[in-house]
Amino acid sequence: MIAVLKHELRTYFHSITTYVFGAFLLAFVGIGSMLYNLEAAVSNFEYVLSFGSFAFVVIVPILTMRVIAEEKKQRTDQLLYSLPITTTEVIIGKYLSLLIAYLIPLCIICIYPLIFSRFGDVYLLTSYGSILGFFIMGAALIAIGIFISSLTENQGFAAGIGIAVILLNYYSVRLSEYVSSTAYGSLIAICIIIIALGFVINHLIKSSNLAYGICFILIAATMITYYIDMTKFEGLLPKIMTKLSLFERFNVIVNGVFDMTAIVYYLTIIVFFLFLSVQSLEKRRYN
Amino acid sequence: MISVEHLTKRYGDFTAVDDLTFEINEGHVYGFLGPNGAGKSTTMNIMTGCLSATEGHVRIDGYDIFEEPNKAKKLIGYLPEQPPLYLNETPLEYLRFVGEAKGLRGAELKKQIEQVIHQTRIEDVKNRRISSLSKGYRQRVGIAQALLGNPKVIILDEPTVGLDPIQIIEIRDLVKELGQTHTVIFSSHILSEVQAICDQVLIIAKGKLIAFDKPENLEKRLLAPNEIIITSDATAEETKEILAGIDHIIDTNMEEKDTKIIEVHIRTDHDNIYEISRAIFFAFAAKGKALLEMSLKKANLEDIFIELTEKSDDTEILENGTVMETTKSEVSDV
Repeated sequence: MIAVLKHELRTYFHSITTYVFGAFLLAFVGIGSMLYNLEAAVSNFEYVLSFGSFAFVVIVPILTMRVIAEEKKQRTDQLLYSLPITTTEVIIGKYLSLLIAYLIPLCIICIYPLIFSRFGDVYLLTSYGSILGFFIMGAALIAIGIFISSLTENQGFAAGIGIAVILLNYYSVRLSEYVSSTAYGSLIAICIIIIALGFVINHLIKSSNLAYGICFILIAATMITYYIDMTKFEGLLPKIMTKLSLFERFNVIVNGVFDMTAIVYYLTIIVFFLFLSVQSLEKRRYN
Repeated sequence: MISVEHLTKRYGDFTAVDDLTFEINEGHVYGFLGPNGAGKSTTMNIMTGCLSATEGHVRIDGYDIFEEPNKAKKLIGYLPEQPPLYLNETPLEYLRFVGEAKGLRGAELKKQIEQVIHQTRIEDVKNRRISSLSKGYRQRVGIAQALLGNPKVIILDEPTVGLDPIQIIEIRDLVKELGQTHTVIFSSHILSEVQAICDQVLIIAKGKLIAFDKPENLEKRLLAPNEIIITSDATAEETKEILAGIDHIIDTNMEEKDTKIIEVHIRTDHDNIYEISRAIFFAFAAKGKALLEMSLKKANLEDIFIELTEKSDDTEILENGTVMETTKSEVSDV
């Protein structure tokens, strides 16, 4: 694991993407603090982070797109498989090195509230609480990015899908206001989600029977629940969209409530997607 | 050292490796021979833990590759068909990573890196980017990587493919050299290469092991049912009559070259081919017919290879060192 971590870090600091990532993040947060803290003279640094969180849509896929896709393309994944290290160690090593690459610009951002506090009253507790939330949310998005990268050997594709997924997540709360909140609409949406899930399972394990089986069981269960108690489906879709939003939970922290459930949620996302990445990498062994 | 038992790998309906069983002992160079798509790479990938098997076991020094992968993998150095190199690193950086991943630290790591760089003769390029190296050098860096950690077994998948003749010779010499200190398994579809380097040859076709023996023995087996080619001025009837009086002739094949000249291919199952040629000589002389030409045809590994791989459908797995009866008779068709 340490070997992978060191190796990845060495690669990052040789490649431009890490610097682009850092520069983008700092530029976004810099523009934010100029607008909010300097121009509008608001002393809350957390709003800047809320503004800066939009940067994740672009920079996380840039950072994570190559992490596994590149190994597959260059066939260096064969080396990783033949070395006496487990795939879990590989994924964790890669993840930790990405976190370190992400922490460096964040350390610089940590200085901002201190600077501002010299010129006025800054709520340091909420500021640093938000920076912590910002860090963990970014960490969760990076885990998602690693998983997307593990699905393909095309970096561009990994980046594109990554941007789409994070953008959708970013706007999911706002979009949830426009989607159908009727029971019937939710039912259809859930069926579509289940079918999409079936395709993902099919892609991952290359077993169409199992994928269709899972799809069928889930759709049947949904239908039965729908006919038994239709009211459960009312407003379900917007509710799911809001619940799944990583950004929405960060906004709670920004508003001054250090919500432990949000932190737990992020940690769950991290573990879940790293687990999926390990499986995705392991899957290639089984073809 | 390595024991492979009933190894099978299926991709859906396609069977890439079909019930493969063999044993590999310490301190030899083994050649994996087979046409493209025979299942050589798949077998090697399974043996090194890169791929799972549908059925069967692979044990490296007693450690099962599927159950104790880390212990088993420490005993193996593997160079896949396409060397797995990080192109924007230098060989030195690359080897440092592989060494660390293999659990080497500090002075030991440094010492081993220096050693493998020396062994594979890449001192001159160790600080250049791998992307700027020639194919031959890249292959050497790949071999250097396999050598790190001083594994007992080195597995090289077609290490000479795509190299120019000089590079091929250099890599072959390197493999031979490694064979003195390690067990080397090395795959190829080029026969002369295997003949030149290996102590033992495993021939694989359509996922099945169809021969496992020393290269000399494989050839010897073909020499036993030998073929004598004669040219004579006797007519076809006369030739038939003359040859009928000689024992140990299993088959003859006549071809009239000219009105008065006939060429006969004679196959015999006698151990001593010269006895038969002697008998033929005197038999023709006794009838007052001249032998205008007589030659003995020896088969080489190439013939065995073509025979075995083409007819592998109806052969069975061989015991170590013995060729099955069906194979033997097929081989004699050459």
